[in-house]
Amino acid sequence: MDTVFGVEYEGGVILAADQSNARSILTYQSNLDKITKLSPSSALAVSGPNADLVNFSEYISKNLAIYQLSNDGLQLSTHAQANYCRGELATALRKGPYQVNCLLGGYDASSGKGSLYWMDYFAALSKVNYGCQGYASSFCLSIMDRDWKEGLDQDQAVAIVDKCIKELSLRFLMNQPNFIIKVIDKDGVKTLKFGSDPADT
Amino acid sequence: MSILEYNGAAIIAMTGKNCVGIACDTRLGAQAQTVSCDFRKVFQFNKSFVGLAGLATDVQTMNNLLTFRKNLYELREEREMTPRVLSNLLSNLLYEKRFGPYFIEPVVAGLDENNEPFLSGMDLIGAPVYTDDFVVSGTATGNMYGMCETLYKKDMEVEELFETLSQALLASVDRDALSGWGATVHIVTKDGVISRELKARMD
Repeated sequence: MDTVFGVEYEGGVILAADQSNARSILTYQSNLDKITKLSPSSALAVSGPNADLVNFSEYISKNLAIYQLSNDGLQLSTHAQANYCRGELATALRKGPYQVNCLLGGYDASSGKGSLYWMDYFAALSKVNYGCQGYASSFCLSIMDRDWKEGLDQDQAVAIVDKCIKELSLRFLMNQPNFIIKVIDKDGVKTLKFGSDPADT
Repeated sequence: MSILEYNGAAIIAMTGKNCVGIACDTRLGAQAQTVSCDFRKVFQFNKSFVGLAGLATDVQTMNNLLTFRKNLYELREEREMTPRVLSNLLSNLLYEKRFGPYFIEPVVAGLDENNEPFLSGMDLIGAPVYTDDFVVSGTATGNMYGMCETLYKKDMEVEELFETLSQALLASVDRDALSGWGATVHIVTKDGVISRELKARMD
């Protein structure tokens, strides 16, 4: 029921996720931040049960932090982080699986490019230019298929994201009033806009 | 839907005159939805190729495992793994998980130490079959068996093998919803590997 999607553009990646935390007929929270910062230049947008969502993203981000501390400040590339994530998810698959579908977006200073990785809960990993997880894919993938092209700038990418959100609010059964949008580029991971401040308790 | 059909795949391997060819589609799907059109399922190990059809996560896991074992073998043995050995290794790795298997059905194709063509296919628990003509695997096996049986001839040269392999794969995946969306072909000869992307129907 979560909506998570991302778009890569020239020099970065945008990740967007809805902010509702709900189960059955009840909404527990409508300002949840489902996009976790993994490193100074990457973030993981996760969809799934709240327990797995939080546990998995915290586990990955803390392990990446310890890697950096143990290896004299060396930061893993986005490709390496994505494969690390995949490895952890694949190992857990036959022990105690995390039911998380995620999108990992990162920026690599060495190439000057952003990259987006799609990963489902089976731990199948694929590098993509744009992607969606969950029901959102039925509505948003075709918009992205039409509008995405090589060499977009940030404003154009944000426009695509806004178009997708508008489509969901019009046609998707579930009411998702709040979306959080984060940008990952050379300046790091920044929140572009949110529907409801995650910091409000 | 069976778990082996969740992501979709189509792989064919064929022998020719002193050469082997292996071809795969490049679709990654989640049941009906297509996620990516450049998910390759054929991996090179020196003069051998392993094609892995089935659940994408296990395709990636097995590729990592095989790379690891191949590297370890080369460090210890100081020689390359022949396709027969690779096939046997794969078979053992799969049977180790007999009661909780990897959901893949692999195909091994390569040139052995005498540059003779080698082919093998196996099921998800490692039961191998060795043939001298062709092996197929994936979601369109019915189609692929028909195409291969019709188009295959013994001792095809490189160019003819390439053409046969390509036409057999393309025709098969065009009638299967879960595979297609691009294709890659590799031909292995004693002089090296020729790899080409095929222009396929992207639907």
